[in-house]
Amino acid sequence: MSVAMPETDERVLETGFDATIAADQRIEPRDWMPEGYRKTLIRQIAQHAHSEIIGMQPEGNWILRAPSLRRKAILLAKVQDEAGHGMYLYAAAETLGVDREELTEKLIDSKQKYSSIFNYPTLSYADIGVIGWLVDGAAICNQVPLCRCSYGPYARAMIRICKEESFHQRQGYELLLAMANGTDEQKRMVQESTDRWWWPSLMMFGPPDGDSPNSQQSMAWNIKRHTNDELRQRFVDMSVPQAEALGVTLPDPELRWNDERKAHDYGEPDWEEFKAVVAGSGPANAQRVAHRRRAHEGGAWVREAAQAYADKQAARKNEARKAAA
Amino acid sequence: MNTPDEEEVTAEGGHGAVPVTGVETGQGEKPSRRTWPLYEVFVRGKRGLNHVHVGSLHAPDDEMALHNARDVYTRRNEGVSIWVVKADDITASSPAEKDPFFDPSADKVYRHPTFYRIPEEVPHL
Ligand SMILES: [Fe+2]
Ligand SMILES: [Fe+2]
Repeated sequence: MSVAMPETDERVLETGFDATIAADQRIEPRDWMPEGYRKTLIRQIAQHAHSEIIGMQPEGNWILRAPSLRRKAILLAKVQDEAGHGMYLYAAAETLGVDREELTEKLIDSKQKYSSIFNYPTLSYADIGVIGWLVDGAAICNQVPLCRCSYGPYARAMIRICKEESFHQRQGYELLLAMANGTDEQKRMVQESTDRWWWPSLMMFGPPDGDSPNSQQSMAWNIKRHTNDELRQRFVDMSVPQAEALGVTLPDPELRWNDERKAHDYGEPDWEEFKAVVAGSGPANAQRVAHRRRAHEGGAWVREAAQAYADKQAARKNEARKAAA
Repeated sequence: MNTPDEEEVTAEGGHGAVPVTGVETGQGEKPSRRTWPLYEVFVRGKRGLNHVHVGSLHAPDDEMALHNARDVYTRRNEGVSIWVVKADDITASSPAEKDPFFDPSADKVYRHPTFYRIPEEVPHL
């Protein structure tokens, strides 16, 4: 649309866009927007959607082995929610002019990625609790500000998602409380799982602000509202009393209250590991993508059958209409 | 494509860090297969409220669209009634809210109750 437009028109449109952002109003799908803004959003929303979809796998791993019908039903509902989150987000991405089918193909061809956190395996049932507590907890820190993101469809999808996330975090924490009040073996499982997930959860906020040049543009566009380090700090401060209530130790010797800053000091995550995991050498990376591909390709016949049925019904209706005329 | 070393990552989206460089957007690409039509979904939250747009989905036909809408958008009794409409069948006014299309109503202040000055002692008006 902007291709054939004279330069001055484009400048008028850009001024309008800038004014909308400056007034902290929402940009809607049919509004003019700079190419960079559109591209950033497509990338972010698509990879966010992929993260929800891939995120079903580590937890889905435990549905059949959940220890009671109650826990099974809860976990099933939680994993189903994550599928829903993926769907809301693909719908938002499509308003920017990309095709959902195409995004799925980019995921299984590894041309688009998903969050590093889902490349870690779920080794014990306590991981189900810790994922709800820490991983969904970190996701909530990231997602709540996105409810005020400048792109309307993304912000609205995030509002739906955030409403559901609080169930995710609470069911995880409650599961851990049950185990923490259980046998010594169960207590050990909770501690062991916390030890494995704490650092990857901190890494969910991305590299330190100094190494995150892209964030500045996103903040200027009101897509991102807080820096990586601000959100990480918030998460650490929230988690410390929660860990205390559970009776687990967070595996960071440098973690302590800083009375001057009125916040906790904490150690530096291992960014080398982080880079390797995002790049795809995480413990479960190949498995996650292969599983998604298998599910997509294995489901092809169902989609084709549904299409064939729809075609047949449409043809029948047409004939009936002709016969009646 | 960037090598993993120079790949830039940040905490975009909900679950944290993802690459921001070397990511294809797929803009303007057409899917290789014939795809299902896009439906917009509207949900009536409860009796007495209007249907409100909640999102979209793809489905092979109207009936499947309705079923999928129930599963995707009303997992917690968020609605008592759902409409699905093929996106292609929707006619919309043009982009910005300041659009000339809406001008005719913007200058008709007499459509609003505040246009009419009524003495303060007159109650219930
Ligand atoms: Fe989610
Ligand atoms: Fe979640």
